[in-house]
Amino acid sequence: MRRFRVIPVLMMHQGGLYKSVKFKNHQYVGDPINAVRIFNDKEVDELIILDIDASKENRGPNMQLLSEIASEAFMPMGYGGGLSNIEQVKQLVFEGYEKAVFNYSAVHNLSLIEQTAHLFGSSSTVVSIDVGRNWLGQYKVYELNGKKSIDMSVVELAKRVENAGAGEIFINSIERDGTFEGYDIPLIKQVSGAVKIPVIAAGGAASVNDFKKAIQEGGASAVAAGSMFVFQMPHKAVLITYPDSESLNSIMK
Amino acid sequence: MVTIIDYGVGNLNSIKNMLKKIGVDSVISSRSADIETAEKLILPGIGSFEYGMKKLRSAEFFNSLQQKVLENKTPILGVCLGAQLLLNGSEEGQPVEGLGWIDGKAVRFDQDKMADNFKVPHMGWNELIIKKESPLFRDMYPDHRYYFVHSYHMVCDQPADILAESNYSYNFVAAVEKQHIIGVQFHPEKSHKFGMKLYENFIKFY
Repeated sequence: MRRFRVIPVLMMHQGGLYKSVKFKNHQYVGDPINAVRIFNDKEVDELIILDIDASKENRGPNMQLLSEIASEAFMPMGYGGGLSNIEQVKQLVFEGYEKAVFNYSAVHNLSLIEQTAHLFGSSSTVVSIDVGRNWLGQYKVYELNGKKSIDMSVVELAKRVENAGAGEIFINSIERDGTFEGYDIPLIKQVSGAVKIPVIAAGGAASVNDFKKAIQEGGASAVAAGSMFVFQMPHKAVLITYPDSESLNSIMK
Repeated sequence: MVTIIDYGVGNLNSIKNMLKKIGVDSVISSRSADIETAEKLILPGIGSFEYGMKKLRSAEFFNSLQQKVLENKTPILGVCLGAQLLLNGSEEGQPVEGLGWIDGKAVRFDQDKMADNFKVPHMGWNELIIKKESPLFRDMYPDHRYYFVHSYHMVCDQPADILAESNYSYNFVAAVEKQHIIGVQFHPEKSHKFGMKLYENFIKFY
């Protein structure tokens, strides 16, 4: 049995779905309700929706839209964006998003992670870490969609949120985002080697072979991808796809 | 009417959404009246055993629930934490007494018994090893798989209560069934058509 999960990640921006390249140049992908329905029909392992405007606009999740999206999504769902209090997390879980994804709050509001883990279990508590490099080429944690770096190493933050009760860490490489250049394996490896909880690799996937590398060489427990599942190369035409289970099963043999 | 028991923990709407999809009316409720009149009960749950059990025990409907299940023998399906609550207790948190309707307890995945690359929580899709004949899996799709997300798993005192196991480095109890009392560790409402079929069977055959 295949043990790793393959997770499409969708970005909500101005009410639509968009996909970025290196956290910039957002290209319109489609309507979120429709896209989620297609992913549901394709029986994907899990889905993560990130509202990239929420923290920036200093607001909470768009519950009405999220509820509508979830109404025909019979798969595991995670949501991130603008979560700043436990009431929002409760509402989210009630609506069928059993995973709350924290990014900004991971740095500024560790107690929210503690509360979520206490109430819903660590498996419902996901921390997303956006990783870029500074001018010296060192890995740095970024916040607010890659706009600002913080003074903490990736491993330090990962360990800190693990201690706070996070059950999963989503490592998003800013420089690989949307590039189809493959995952940043050394980065994934650094984090998966430092924490006991599962790590999700994100940023750069172009093929199932990249999944294999992230899992076997990077030690990831799950892989996420955006562009690979919504664009068709070489012209980046919008086309929602998902590998069939046969090809996913075959790569681990 | 199917009553999805609301005691403050759980992904209640996803269960309701799936039941709606298969044409089954349900109500999410914490009212005794909705429990007393239910034809089927679903006990959902996400989170810690201690917190969940305390919420359940302090609910106004708790006595109605016990009577309904133990005396009226109304079928009940516990999901995830809801399945673990059917047992006598758990290693998780401060010791609190479970419902005790099925003998056993919930224990943490034993990392000492597991290969290194198996991390806890266990999150992912697994197939089942069915241990006894049950209408719950009647006419199920081939290669059926279910979504699991948990750090604790059930251990049963009576092997006869084990309906299915699954494997995550070692075999663990994935579903229990004792007459009209059923519990599944996985989330059928998050398991595509496989879970939909399971809910359909629960409604139809119990």
